[in-house]
Amino acid sequence: MTDLTRRQFLKITGATLAGSSLALLGFSASVAIAEVREFKLSRTTETRNTCPYCAVACGIVMYSLGDGSKNAKASIIHIEGDPDHPVNRGTLCPKGAGLLDFVHSPSRLLRPEYRAPGSDKWQPISWDDALGRIAKLMKEDRDANFVAKTPTGLTVNRWLTTAMLAASASSNEVGYLTHKVMRSFGVLAFDNQARV
Amino acid sequence: MALQSLDIIRRSATTLPEPEIRSGTGDVTVAKLIDTTKCIGCKACQVACMEWNDLRDEIGTNVGAYQNPPDLSASSWTLMRFAEVENTKGDLEWLIRKDGCMHCQDPGCLKACPAPGAIVQYANGIVDFHEENCIGCGYCIAGCPFDIPRISKKDHKAYKCTLCSDRVAVGLEPACIKACPTGALVFGTKEDMKLHAADRIEDLKSRGFENAGLYDPAGVSGTHVMYVLHHADTPHIYNGLPGKPHISNTVQLWKGITKPLALAAMALAALTGFFHYIRVGPNETDEGDEARAADEMAKTLNSPEKRP
Repeated sequence: MTDLTRRQFLKITGATLAGSSLALLGFSASVAIAEVREFKLSRTTETRNTCPYCAVACGIVMYSLGDGSKNAKASIIHIEGDPDHPVNRGTLCPKGAGLLDFVHSPSRLLRPEYRAPGSDKWQPISWDDALGRIAKLMKEDRDANFVAKTPTGLTVNRWLTTAMLAASASSNEVGYLTHKVMRSFGVLAFDNQARV
Repeated sequence: MALQSLDIIRRSATTLPEPEIRSGTGDVTVAKLIDTTKCIGCKACQVACMEWNDLRDEIGTNVGAYQNPPDLSASSWTLMRFAEVENTKGDLEWLIRKDGCMHCQDPGCLKACPAPGAIVQYANGIVDFHEENCIGCGYCIAGCPFDIPRISKKDHKAYKCTLCSDRVAVGLEPACIKACPTGALVFGTKEDMKLHAADRIEDLKSRGFENAGLYDPAGVSGTHVMYVLHHADTPHIYNGLPGKPHISNTVQLWKGITKPLALAAMALAALTGFFHYIRVGPNETDEGDEARAADEMAKTLNSPEKRP
């Protein structure tokens, strides 16, 4: 290192001090770039649906990754209320507003599971097995407990030993069909607002 | 329209002029109106804020009230504050206030901030933090009359509500406004929000809330987040909403008058140096000086009393 005279030392430190003071006082050479966060939904695919929670059945818009191209694997990245839906006109309750985390929840049920009577474990089964088992048990129960006529001879055609819980996230049409199917079985007890 | 404008009208710690040419639309700014009289405390706004801004706060513990999380944090930019207040008639009033950045017209955080461009104010009234420029000093917290910004423990940078500047920039309303199921949150031009509030206040007064009013404090030149309060005469009962918020005197003094004075002092020092240089010039020594200095040295060395 070269020898520094007192004069040189003062010059250098003085210049440094002046420079840093000027920067602090706002004479910064670089102008800050002002930018908002990029709008994250610009070219996402919008899909309309109904909130699965309660019977109010708010309309939602699900925004998913990609434009639907063959090679783009879609994944929901954001969910908001549907502004065109007459029920909620874009608004949502806190549960509905948090639907994204419901969709991607690690504890979300993705396939049918079966717990045998007396067992403490759920085991995955195929849709065929699940539907087959449900149909078999329903038929057994209906054959055993269907009431065509009351003791007084009144025709009732009812089946009171089975009930059905349907999901609330159904459209009018699905609700109508659920009603028709269950009633044609003779089932009286069913709830189309399962609050599940 | 200027509503979506990202034109910056103010930048922290910067004295360079801001772009001004696109100001033809006048003083049209945006505002969020929080009608505390319609709020049911459902927290849909809190959830919508988290979802839009990709924030997930830690799962905390129940503190014995509906308020959850207990305070604003770097990951919770808005919070429903619940206050149970006994009124003069002896009745209990449950006052719920959505807390968060007020987007002051005269932002104390921006004035206090020493990091160039870390805090900006857009022409539409939004005050935004740019974390990439933030140095994490926390001066914005000292400068804020509403105690809003929070420093993250993860990256030591300050965070707060952006009024969804990314949504407003493309012409959308903020996420909290969209979600609100009771219409307690409304968004539009500040003028429209004042009109909307006036209607609400008239209605409230007709229902016996004589002190109903709009909270748009003049101490910070008005805010772009305003409240309709049933008791506008006593804002502090809404979980400590300040009655007369103003930027702290220290910040005003330090960032206000001190700055030009310091600049003047520096300019004066530089000028003095310059004139001293051209009038008097540097100290220079000739051979005579050197000889005298050598004499002096010799004398000192030879004098018996000074000898070590």
